[in-house]
Amino acid sequence: MKLVITVVGVDRVGIIAGVSNVLADNNVNILSINQTIMDGFFNMIMMCETPEDAKNTLDVVQGALNELGEKLGVEIRAQHADIFLSMHRI
Amino acid sequence: MLSIENILETNSMIHKNRLDVRTITMGISLLECASSDGKQLCDRIYDRITKEAEHLVSTGEDIERELGIPIINKRISVTPISLVAGGTNLTSYVSIAEALDRAAKTVGVNFIGGFSALVTKGMTKADRILIDSIPEALATTDIVCSSVGVGSTKTGINMDAVRDMGIIVKKTAELTKDNDALGCAKLVIFCNPVEDNPFMAGAFFGVTEGDCAISVGVSGPGVVKHALEGVRGQSFDVVAETIKKTAFKITRVGQLVAQEASRRLNKPFGIIDLSLAPTPAVGDSVAHVLEEMGISSCGAHGTTAALALLNDAVKKGGLMASSHVGGLSGAFIPVSEDAGMIDAVSCGSLSLDKLEAMTCVCSVGLDMIAIPGDTTADTISAIIADESAIGMINNKTTAVRVIPVPGKTVGEMVEFGGLLGYAPIIEVSPYSAAEFIARGGRIPAPIRSLTN
Repeated sequence: MKLVITVVGVDRVGIIAGVSNVLADNNVNILSINQTIMDGFFNMIMMCETPEDAKNTLDVVQGALNELGEKLGVEIRAQHADIFLSMHRI
Repeated sequence: MLSIENILETNSMIHKNRLDVRTITMGISLLECASSDGKQLCDRIYDRITKEAEHLVSTGEDIERELGIPIINKRISVTPISLVAGGTNLTSYVSIAEALDRAAKTVGVNFIGGFSALVTKGMTKADRILIDSIPEALATTDIVCSSVGVGSTKTGINMDAVRDMGIIVKKTAELTKDNDALGCAKLVIFCNPVEDNPFMAGAFFGVTEGDCAISVGVSGPGVVKHALEGVRGQSFDVVAETIKKTAFKITRVGQLVAQEASRRLNKPFGIIDLSLAPTPAVGDSVAHVLEEMGISSCGAHGTTAALALLNDAVKKGGLMASSHVGGLSGAFIPVSEDAGMIDAVSCGSLSLDKLEAMTCVCSVGLDMIAIPGDTTADTISAIIADESAIGMINNKTTAVRVIPVPGKTVGEMVEFGGLLGYAPIIEVSPYSAAEFIARGGRIPAPIRSLTN
C-alpha cells in the first residue's frame, strides 16, 4: 500500500528523525521526502510504502504518528495515496 | 507521481473547506421478505437488513480512516414499504417502521429511508395504509425516513394524494410537536422521485434495482466557494469552468469511496450522487456559493440564474469523474441546513416565492422550510401541488419538505439539531386554495410525456 504522510507545524529539532523512526519501527519504507519551510512553518510530504500483507499497519502507524505529532506540536497525517491519485490523475 | 501542490490542495479541501463524503448508502431490496403474516414480515425485514448491512458502518469507518476524508453518514434505503407489505393482514404499518428503526439501530447507521409509497397515478390499499401510518410511524421511530411520490411527468399529478399529504404533514407535525415537529423533517413528498437517491429523507430503493447496491453521495459547497474566490470579477465562462473542475475532483473522491465500499462489502456499486449538500456549519453553504458569484444576499434578483449555472456546472464536471452518476445530482437548497440560507431568510432577502423559483433550476425542491404552525392542510397541499407542477412540466425531480411548527409563527426560530440545522419560520400566502385542493382527481400528464 502506498501512503502519503504530511507534516505541518512549527519547525523544531527532531521532526524528521521522529517520523522516520516511527516508520522504520513499523516496517514502512520511505520512497521520497519533500520538505520545506513555508511562512515559518515546517512542511513535509513523504511518499511511503507498506508491505502488502501488513493489514493493520495503517492503523498502528496512524496511532503512533498522532502520538508523535502531539509530542512535537505538529500535525501529522498518514493517508492512502489513492485519494490524491483519484483526484489529480485521470 | 503526485506533486506537493496536489497533496496540499486535497488536504486543504478536506480540512479548510469541509470537503466530505456525505453518505454511503446501502440499498437493500425487501421484496423477498413479503409474507401474509405481519409479524413474520417484520422479522424477515429485521433479519435481512441486519444481515446485509452488518459491516456497513465499520467498512465506512475503515475507508474514512485510510483515505483521511470524513464520511459523515452511513445509511440504508429499502424497497418502498407499501410494495412489501401489501400481502399482509396488517391494518397499520407502524410496526414495520419500528422494525426498520430497530434494524437500523442494530447495524448503527444514521438513517434508514423507504417507509414510502409511490402513488403518482393511483393508490392501492397498501399505499393507503402506508400513508395513513406515516404520522405515527415518524412519531414513534427515531431514524426512519418516509417519502411519497405524488406525481411524475409520465403520469401527471395525483391530486387526491396531494390533498391527503397536506393532512398527513399536519398530523405528523401535531404528533411530534414536542420536538418542533421534527417528524416533518423526515417526510418528503416527491414529483418524479428517483429510485437510487442516497440522500435523506427521500431515499428509497426502487423496484428496478437489484438485491443490494452501494451508492455514495458527495458534497462540498465549501470547496466550490473557495475555488470561486480565486476568480472574483471574471466572466461566467470562467465561473462555469472553475465549478466544473472542482466538481470533477470532488466526484473522483466519491467514486473512489464507492468503489472501495462496494469491493469490501462485496455488493454491487450503484451510483454516485454528485450533489452539493450543505450543512449548517460555517463554510459549508450553497447560498454562500451563489453570493460569491456576486449576489449580495441569497434571494436577491439574479439568484435563480446563479443557481442554474451552479447546478448545471456541477453535473457537467462530475459526469466524467464517475462511471455511473444518478440520484438527484445537482445543488440542494435546504433552508435549515444551510447557514447562508438561514441568514438570507432572517434578513428578509429570501422568501418562499423565491425559493419556489429556485426549485425550477436546483436539483430538488422546497426543502427543510419551517412554516407557521397555523398553516392549513389545504395550503400545504397547494404548496405541494405547485412544486409538483414545476417537476412535472420541467421533467425534473421536485420535492416538498416543509415543517409547520405548532405554536410558532413567522420570524421565530426552530432548532432541529445536527445536520438538520435550525431555521427561522418563513411566511406563506394567507390566501386560501381550499376549493382548488378539494377538487381531487388527477392533473393529466403533460404533452411532453408523450414522447414515444
